[in-house]
Amino acid sequence: MIRRAGLFLIALTALALVAPVLAPYEAGQAFHEFLHAPPMRPHFDGLTPVVHPIVLADRLEQRFEPDLSRTVKLPWIEQDHNAPVFLLGADDFGRDVLSRLLYGARTSIGLSLFATLGAVLIGALAGAWAGYRGGWVDEAIMRLADFVLVLPVIYVVLVLRAVLPLVLPASTVFLLVSGIFVLVGWPFVAKGVRAIVAAERHREYVQAARSLGAGPLRILTRHLIPACGGHLLVQATLLLPAFILAEATLSFIGLGFPDPVASWGTMLAGAGNYNAVARFPWTLAPAAAIFLVVLSTNLLGTASSPEKVDRPADTPENAANPVVQGLH
Amino acid sequence: MGRYLLTRLAFALALVFIVSSAALLLTRIAPGDFASSQGVDLTIQERERLRDTLGLNQSFTAQYLSWLGGAVHFDFGRSLLYSRPVSSLVSERALNTAVLAISALLIATLIGIPLGIYSGTTTGAGRSIVRAVSTLGISVPPLIGSLALVFLAARTGWLPVGGMTSSAGADLTWLQWFGDLAQHLPLPAIALAIPMAATLERLQSEAIAAASHERFVAASQARGVDRTRAILHHAWPVSLRPVLGLYGVMIGTLFSGSFVVEVVTSWPGLGRLMFDALKARDLFLVAGCAATGALFLAAGTLITDLLLAYTDPRVGSGERH
Repeated sequence: MIRRAGLFLIALTALALVAPVLAPYEAGQAFHEFLHAPPMRPHFDGLTPVVHPIVLADRLEQRFEPDLSRTVKLPWIEQDHNAPVFLLGADDFGRDVLSRLLYGARTSIGLSLFATLGAVLIGALAGAWAGYRGGWVDEAIMRLADFVLVLPVIYVVLVLRAVLPLVLPASTVFLLVSGIFVLVGWPFVAKGVRAIVAAERHREYVQAARSLGAGPLRILTRHLIPACGGHLLVQATLLLPAFILAEATLSFIGLGFPDPVASWGTMLAGAGNYNAVARFPWTLAPAAAIFLVVLSTNLLGTASSPEKVDRPADTPENAANPVVQGLH
Repeated sequence: MGRYLLTRLAFALALVFIVSSAALLLTRIAPGDFASSQGVDLTIQERERLRDTLGLNQSFTAQYLSWLGGAVHFDFGRSLLYSRPVSSLVSERALNTAVLAISALLIATLIGIPLGIYSGTTTGAGRSIVRAVSTLGISVPPLIGSLALVFLAARTGWLPVGGMTSSAGADLTWLQWFGDLAQHLPLPAIALAIPMAATLERLQSEAIAAASHERFVAASQARGVDRTRAILHHAWPVSLRPVLGLYGVMIGTLFSGSFVVEVVTSWPGLGRLMFDALKARDLFLVAGCAATGALFLAAGTLITDLLLAYTDPRVGSGERH
C-alpha cells in the first residue's frame, strides 16, 4: 500500500512533467460548442480505442447525446477538431478537463514542490542555527516560529496575498505565492531540526569534527543537517499536500492564479457552484486528484515517520499533520 | 499556578494586539484603498472627497492611534463597506463561525475519541476497519470534503445547500428558525469535522494503546477489575495528555477549515467577512476581524493549556518534561 502510494506520487510528478506531450489538447483550448460536455466512454473498434462523438441535444440545458452511428479515434491517435474527445468531460468554457488536469498538475505540483523545497531549506537553516548557537539566537528564532505556528495559516496566507496587487501575471503569482508558503511553512521544519541539532551537537562525531578544525558552517552543513535527513523528509511529505491544498484554496477564492492558467485550484473555482456541481460532477476531477495526493502522502508520512516508533504519540507535534493543522 | 496563568494571559493579550495591529498595517500599506475599490464610475475628484470624508487621507500614525484609542474603550471604528460599527458586525458573524466551529468540534470529539479508544484496545477486523476509515478521513481536507458534500446534497436533495438559513428566514418564528438552522448546519459542520475526527481517532488510538500496556492497568485487572473498566477508568485518563494537546493545535485548524467551508457553503461567518473586508480594503473591519480571530485563538490555546495543566500537574509548575 505504502509502496503504491510512493509510486503514485512519482507517477503523478512524471505525468505533470510530460503534460504537454500527454495532454490531448492545449490547456486553454476552448470548444465553444461543447460547454460542459460529459465524459465519453472509450471502447474498442477492432484494436483501435474509439468513442462515440457527442452532439448537442439541448443548448439551454447543455444536454448532449452520443451519436451512436459514428465513432472517433482517441485524440492521441488522430485529432479531429470538429469532434473533440473529452475523456473526463469539458468545463464551463468547453475546455478538456483531462488536459487541464494534466497541465494543472504541472502548476499545482510545481508550485508546491518549489515552496516545499524553500520551506525545508529555510527551516533547516534557521532550526540548525538556533540549535547550534543556542542562547538568544535560539530564543528569538524559536519564539518567532511558535508565533507563526499559532496563527491559522490560511488567514496569514490570505492577508499576505490580499494586500498584494490582485491582478498579476502568472509567473509573478507563482513566485509570490510560493514565497508566502515558505514564510508560513518554515517553522514546521525548524522546530524539529532545532531539537535534533541541539541534541546532536554534543555527540562525539561533532566534537571530533570540531577538534579536527572544522568551522561551524562545515559542521552544520556536513554533519548536523544531514543528521536531520529523516525529519526533513517527513516534513516535506507533510508540507507538499498542504501547499497543494493552500494553492487550491487561494485559486478557489480568486486570489491564486488567474483563470486561463490551469491549476487544480482554478479548475475548482469554475466548478464551485451548487447547480454546476450537481449537474456536471466531472468538473470536480481536481478535487479527486487532490484527495489522492493527500492520501498517498499521508500513507508515506506514516510509514517514514521515525518519531512514532520510540515515542508513541506523546508529543502532539509529532502526530499533528500540517494538512490537518490548518495549512489548507 | 497563578503565575503560569498570568504569563499565558499576557501571551494571549500580546497575540491579539500584534495580530490586529499587523492586519491594520498590512492593509494600509497595500496598494489601493477603500475609495479606489468602490464604484468604477467615480471621478477622481469624487474619490478624493470620499477619502476626505472617511478620513483615509490621515497619516497611518494618526489612524492607528485613533483606532487604538477607540479599541481601549471597545470601540473598533466603523466598517466602510457596510456602514455599521465594526463591533456589532463582527460579533454577529463571529457567533455564526462559533456555531459552526463548536458543532464541528463536538462531532469530531464524539466520533473520534470513542473510535480511538475502541481501535486502540482491540485487535482484529474492527481495528483495521476503523484505521482504514480514519486514514481516508485524514485525507479529506475541508475544501474537498465540503465540495463533495455539496455535490452529494445537491444531487440527492437530502440537505439544503448554502447559507445558514433559507432566504425566507426573516419572517420565521424563533422555533422555525432554529429548525432551519439545524437543517443547514450538518453539511458544513461535517465537512469541517471529518479530518479532525480522523486525527483525534488516530492519536487517541495510539495514546490508549500505549497507556493500556502500563502496569497499573494490568494490576487493576489482576485485582478483578474487568477490562473495559480498567481501560476507561485507568488507562484513558493517562492517555488524555497528548489528545488534549492536539485540541490546542486544532483551534487553528478549525479557523482555517471554517474559512474554506464558509466560502464553499456560503456560511455567513467571520472568514467570509474578513475576505470581503480585505478585498474592499476596509481597514477597521480587517483589523476587527483579525482581533476577533486572534481572541478566539488565544482563548482556545488558553483553555487547552489550562486543561493540560489540570490533567498533568507538571505543566503548571513550570517543570520541563
